[in-house]
Formats: sequence, structure tokens, C-alpha cells
Amino acid sequence: MIKFPVRIPLGQWAESIVNWLTENFSTVFDSIKVVVEFLLVQLDSFFVWVPWPVMLIGLTLCGWIVAGKRVGILTAACLFGLGCLDLWVIGMSTLALVTTAVFISVLFGLPIGILAAKSPRFDVILRPILDGMQTIPSFVYLIPAIMFFGIGNVPGIIATVIFALPPMVRLTSLGIQQVDKEVVEAGVAFGCTPVQLLLKIQLPLAIPSIMTGVNQTVMMALSMVVVAAMIGAGGLGSKILYSIQRIDLGVGIEAGLGILFIAVVLDRILQGVTKKQQDAIMHQK
Amino acid sequence: MAEKTSSKIKIKCKDVWKVFGPEPQDIIKNWDQYNAMNKVERLKKTGCVVGTQQASFQVAEGEIFCLMGLSGSGKSTLLRCINRLHEPTAGKVFIDDQDITDMSGLELREIRRQKTGMVFQHFALLPHRRLVKNAAFGLEVQGLEKKEREKKAYEALELVGLKGWENSYPYELSGGMQQRVGLARALATNPEILLMDEAFSALDPLIKRQMQDEFVKLIKKVKKTIIFVTHDLHEALRIANHIAIMKDGAIVQQGTPAEIVLNPAKGYVEEFVKDLPKTKFITAQDIMQPLDKWVMPVASSTKELINKMTKNNLRFSFIVDENQKVVDTVDYFNLTLLTGPSQSIEDVPKEYRPSHYPTLSISGDTFLESLLDKAADTKVPLVINDDQGRIQGVISRETILTTLQSA
Ligand SMILES: Nc1ncnc2c1ncn2[C@@H]1O[C@H](COP(=O)(O)OP(=O)(O)OP(=O)(O)O)[C@@H](O)[C@H]1O
Ligand SMILES: [Mg+2]
Repeated sequence: MIKFPVRIPLGQWAESIVNWLTENFSTVFDSIKVVVEFLLVQLDSFFVWVPWPVMLIGLTLCGWIVAGKRVGILTAACLFGLGCLDLWVIGMSTLALVTTAVFISVLFGLPIGILAAKSPRFDVILRPILDGMQTIPSFVYLIPAIMFFGIGNVPGIIATVIFALPPMVRLTSLGIQQVDKEVVEAGVAFGCTPVQLLLKIQLPLAIPSIMTGVNQTVMMALSMVVVAAMIGAGGLGSKILYSIQRIDLGVGIEAGLGILFIAVVLDRILQGVTKKQQDAIMHQK
Repeated sequence: MAEKTSSKIKIKCKDVWKVFGPEPQDIIKNWDQYNAMNKVERLKKTGCVVGTQQASFQVAEGEIFCLMGLSGSGKSTLLRCINRLHEPTAGKVFIDDQDITDMSGLELREIRRQKTGMVFQHFALLPHRRLVKNAAFGLEVQGLEKKEREKKAYEALELVGLKGWENSYPYELSGGMQQRVGLARALATNPEILLMDEAFSALDPLIKRQMQDEFVKLIKKVKKTIIFVTHDLHEALRIANHIAIMKDGAIVQQGTPAEIVLNPAKGYVEEFVKDLPKTKFITAQDIMQPLDKWVMPVASSTKELINKMTKNNLRFSFIVDENQKVVDTVDYFNLTLLTGPSQSIEDVPKEYRPSHYPTLSISGDTFLESLLDKAADTKVPLVINDDQGRIQGVISRETILTTLQSA
């Protein structure tokens, strides 16, 4: 066999960069960890604290109002199913994990998306990065997440955020770019500052697209729960991981169904919200 | 047609160019060479499109100025150069003698907020806002407090005939109504200048006609300087004080509607004007003859009058008082029957007046079309009065006939 003339030690480089970052920026990572942890714990204890009938009725009403009777009934059935499988508490943990990850994704995705829409140059740089984030297998994110944050819920959330961020950024940017050019011109012609233009015209009109982004982010975050469990995140994901390790089909099926129930509820409600926003902006009958 | 209120220059464009593409300055520098090419060749060779070339015009305060031309002739581009929605590649734009092209972003924003309002072809309303909030948009951007701006928005909506619709959403309205909202939004900030880009072309013909008429009426009330873009010559002729006709980015002719209709520039404009029913666009003002040969002051003697009429070969003449109001009409034949010493006109007996021919006074903006009927009713030339009843000019039957012949 002919030997390759060079061997680029990319792996070593990456490793030393990560090491260097952990050594020199440990305070930064620690504070991130504290904040994320705090958020998660608050949400988790809140979701678990709310008695299940209250949560069930609340979400059902929510679904009913934003998306109609059918979604209301579906929500009730899904949540009831979750309880019947004795997965309520652990399901709420998953909900808290997903909510935290989505919250952080939106927090960063929205401004990045806005920036991408406003600056073509930034957009050009960002595009391949986003493509990369979505095509690299999600497992790869686990490695730096562990290195920076150790094991547990926080690195799980961070890995989830990286994975779920792209649709948020893309759809925010797309939504803003798709706003009718003449309407934006009207804003400029009446003397809007760039901030006024953004707040009064571009963002309100991009909301349906942004909501679609949120919805996709939620779905991607849910798809990450098992992977995140590999580095110690809790919730239904850890249950599935356990069932894989023990080859326990029953537990796996139950936990899988639990995730499905949560996914259906979140998806339908968010779709309802998106549609409502769209109707408010476009021409509903 | 709106009256001109003063001759102060409000907007001035001087050699404005807008070239889209990678090397716009190069096109302008070597225009001699590129001028001969057509659009497609130029685009292939240079990657540039000339939106507007060397356009110069002036708009007086209180005037409606129309930019007219076919699709792609550069009307919108030129209009957008005025409030710098497009940055002119070369040339200057002045509003009230302030150089717009030279302004910082901040100054420009102030101009856009305070001085100019814009109306868009496809309305460009904010679909998520009720009409009040749409109409109040400009004021909101200015930072006016809510109560104040909504009060003004209500007034603006009432002005355009949308009272009672304030809390509807744009999608609940017909196209004509939506464009009124666009107009109300522009009027709410009470700008001195309105820039209107094909404001009525998305409307169907009947609504369009109605909107044009209402618009002209409204504008008389609010007194604005207006630049109005249209591809419809009829529309331009109906509402404009002055028209600039554009072709391939250049202004090929400028003038009043009558000037355009009566003396179209050879070629392009001539083609446009060819099939127009001209009697619908030429007004009394456009063809009336100057006064001096037709009028005599009350105090003149009959002898003077007869001499003047003989010299000018007139059958009729008008006697005016010191306020330039017509007090009497005299017939040459009757005057020559008078005998005796030269006396003052006032003393000429009644029976020598041409009472069998009525004297008709009309206003200056009457169209030639309606003059025809009037001229048929009397042999006496028509008298054109201004709104205070002062005589402005005279139109004889001969004038009408020669105009018709040439038109
Ligand atoms: N943003 C732009 N980029 C490149 N070319 C443009 C741009 N805007 C206009 N043009 C070109 O400039 C020329 C004049 O366009 P403009 O929109 O001013 O025409 P118009 O007279 O308003 O036509 P219409 O009646 O169709 O609105 C056209 O050839 C058009 O292709
Ligand atoms: Mg146009």
C-alpha cells in the first residue's frame, strides 16, 4: 500500500483547542452551566409540582383555543395516555429539558436570524456553518459538550441547542427576507429607523415563519432526548437508553410512546399558534 | 385640475441618473458610447441597467406633476430618487432648496418624516394593523403620543371617506378602499409633498375614475405638492398641472397637458397622443386670447371704441369696469348706427346693445368639449372669468374652429 504523504493532525489540534478553552475559560463555562441548570431546575420542579389534572386541563384548553376542538381532544388523550403509562413525572422532566433547550435556541436563534437577514455578508458566512450543524451527526456534539460541561443535564441541553438552533435561525432570517418589499419600503419612506423597521414591520410580519422555526426546533429537540441521555440527561430519553442497554422491549416501547405523546401535543399546539398568527397577518376569511 | 398656488419651486431634480449594476459610474462617463446600444446589449456588455438618465425637472409648490411613461421607462426609479429610496448614481435633488442628495441619514430621515409622504402602487399597508394604526403609522414613527396620533389618524381617514372603518383590518376592504388608507397614511403626517407611485393603477377602471376625481377635489382642499407616477396618459391629463413623459429612462417632453396634447414632441409622444379625444383635455384657459384687443374701459368714448374695433376687425367688444368685470357687450353694427357727437359708452341707449345675443361667461378649466355647445348658443365670443368674476380672456368662434382643425 502506498502511504499518504502527509497526515494532518486535525484531531490533536481540535483537542488542544478544546483543552485550552476549558483551562482558560472555565469560569465562563461554569457560569453558563449554573444559569442553564437553574433554568432547568425551576422549570422541572414547576412542571412536576403542577398537579396532573391541572396541567392536563390547561394544555387541553390551550390546544382547543388555538387550534380547535380536535386538537383539544387529541391533547387530552395524549396527556392522559402519558399518565396511564405511569410516565407523568418523567415526562414532565423531558418537557422541562426540551423547553429549556428551545428557550435557549430561540434566545440565540432569533437575533442571529435577524442579523443574517440584515447583513448579506454575515449570511454568507453563516450558511455553511448552519449546514454543518445540521449534517454533522448529533453524537459528535456530545464530545465538546462533555468536555466543557461534564456529564448531566446541562451538556445534554447544550448539545440539543446546537442541534436545534439552525431551523430557528434559518426561518427567522427567511421570514424577515420574505416580508413584502413594498411594505418595507413604506416603512423607510415614512422615516423608520432600522430598529423601528424591525420592530414595527419586519418582525411582526415574520412571526408565522418564526413560529414555524420554533416548532421545528421543538421537534428537533425532542429527537435529541435519547442522544442527550447518553451524556447523562434525564427524562424519557434516559429510560429509552436504559431499555436499549438492557434490551428491555417493554420499557422501550412505553417510553417511546411517551415521547410521541409529548411531541404530538407540542406540535399541534404550536401549529395552531402559527396558523393563528398567519391568519392575523394574511387575509383570513 | 388643481390651481397653481404659487410659483415657488418646491422640488428640483438636476441631471439625475440611476444606473443599476456593478460599474454604474462607468456607464455615465462613457454614455456617448453606451447611448447607442439598446437595453439588452448594454446589460450583456456591462451588467448594468439604466433606470433613469439625466432627468431634470422642477415642480412648483402646490402643483401636481405627473411622470408618465410605459412600463420600464424609469418612472418609479426617478420618483424613488427624490426621497432616496434609490440612491441617485449622479445628479442632484433639491427639496425647498435643500440638497437631498447630500444629506446624512439622520437629516434624510427627518425629511422623510416631516416633508414627504408616499403612496404605493400595491398599497403596502400593514396587514396586521387596524386602519387607525395603519393611518397613524407615520406619526407613530415620529414618536407622537398615542392619543394624539390616533386623533389625527381618525381625521385623515375621514378626509379620504373611510369614517366608520377605523377598526377594520385592511383585508376587509376593497382595493379602492385600501388605497384610500394608503392615502390617509400619507396625509396623516401632513407632509408638504406627496410622492405617488401608480397609486390608482391597481384599481379597476370605474373605481379609478372615481378615485381620480375625489383625489383632485381632496388635493384642492389640502394643498400639497404632488409628484404622481402613472403609465396612463389619460390619468396624467386629467389630474396634472405639468407632465413629464419618459422613455428609456429619459424625459422626452415636459409641459402642461394642453402643451402635450397640442404640440406633442415628434415620434414617441406623438404616437401616444395620436388617438386622444383632444376636446376632452384642452381647456378654455389653454386657447383663450389675450384681453387687450377685446376690452374697453367704461370711461372710453364711443369714438375710441369704434376706432379700436375697426382696427382689430372686431364685431363685438366687451366693456369692463375698473375691477375688470364685464359690464356690457357692444355690437359694432349698432355702434356705427349711432349719430351725433362722440359720447361716453355709458350713454349709448339700450336698443343699441346686442341683447339678442347673450354674453356667456365661463370658467378657465372648462374643457373644449363643453365649449362647443356654448359657442353654438351665441354669436358673441365667450368670456373667460376667474373665480372672482374678473375677465381673463376671450374665445371667439374662429379660435375654437382653428383649434379643432389642428387637433
Ligand atoms: N432594483 C433594481 N435593480 C436593477 N434594475 C432595476 C431595479 N429597479 C428598476 N430597475 C430597472 O430600471 C428600469 C426602470 O424601472 P422602473 O421600475 O423605474 O420602471 P417604471 O417606469 O416604474 O415601470 P412600471 O410601470 O413597470 O412600474 C427597468 O428596466 C428595470 O429593469
Ligand atoms: Mg413603477
